[in-house]
Amino acid sequence: MNTTVWENRGRNGDRTQVERYVAPASSVIENGDSYTLQVEMPGVNKEGLEISVENNELTIIGRRSLPMIDGALMHRESRPEDFRRAFELDPSIETDKISAKMDQGIVTLTLPKAEQVKPRKIAVK
Amino acid sequence: MSLIRYQSPEITSWPTFGRLSNLRDELDTLFELPFWSNFGRQTQLFSGWTPALDLYQSNDNVIALIELPGMRKEDIEISLHDGMLTIAGERKMETPGGEKAERSERYIGKFRRSITLPTRVDANKVSATYKDGILTVTLPKAEEAKPKQIQVNVS
Repeated sequence: MNTTVWENRGRNGDRTQVERYVAPASSVIENGDSYTLQVEMPGVNKEGLEISVENNELTIIGRRSLPMIDGALMHRESRPEDFRRAFELDPSIETDKISAKMDQGIVTLTLPKAEQVKPRKIAVK
Repeated sequence: MSLIRYQSPEITSWPTFGRLSNLRDELDTLFELPFWSNFGRQTQLFSGWTPALDLYQSNDNVIALIELPGMRKEDIEISLHDGMLTIAGERKMETPGGEKAERSERYIGKFRRSITLPTRVDANKVSATYKDGILTVTLPKAEEAKPKQIQVNVS
């Protein structure tokens, strides 16, 4: 699931088509009627973000668009790869109502729970 | 040039094992990179949050890029002292209703990162921008540190 470095080879296994990714840090928060998923993707803006849901698996890909720097690189700690992480979704999540926003390198996804699993108060007569 | 990663005592406390995938990242880097190249960068496993820092140099500027996703501009402090650039700050937990994270790998709390600059810079002209979770600090070189073209007149 959480592939740290994930390789996506072309169908013919062509080495030139290898795409490499790193797994971003994330956190999951459960609220009453939804889950909030936060994923750290520094250097990724809204345009570089690809979010897809397939077979109850949510995949987030973030492509970095780093600021253009005029100068020679002297020291590097950041990783050059783009981000990719997949999450298995609980069946209770309404996948067609997932929403996402991006702010300062953090992707925040809201995953609403289906009506039948939301906590509900039962009135006692 | 010396690039020493300053470790502040407050972030060297025992970690929560929230970010285990760090271990994998570290191991991957260990095998991918030549043995010696990893010395400068200490492992993040036991030091809380050490944001990645890239350093560039051009004729006029020294430019530092620091990955700080999800900060507020007001919570980032940049200081320059004795040729050492320090970026410090605190990332606060922001949950809508104060709920606790079920599973979190994101580091919350204080961090401090210092780097010795390769040349002297003009402290009064330092500027910084924060975009897409990346802090870019531009430090113009001091006049005496800039490369100079010396005209030699041959008669």
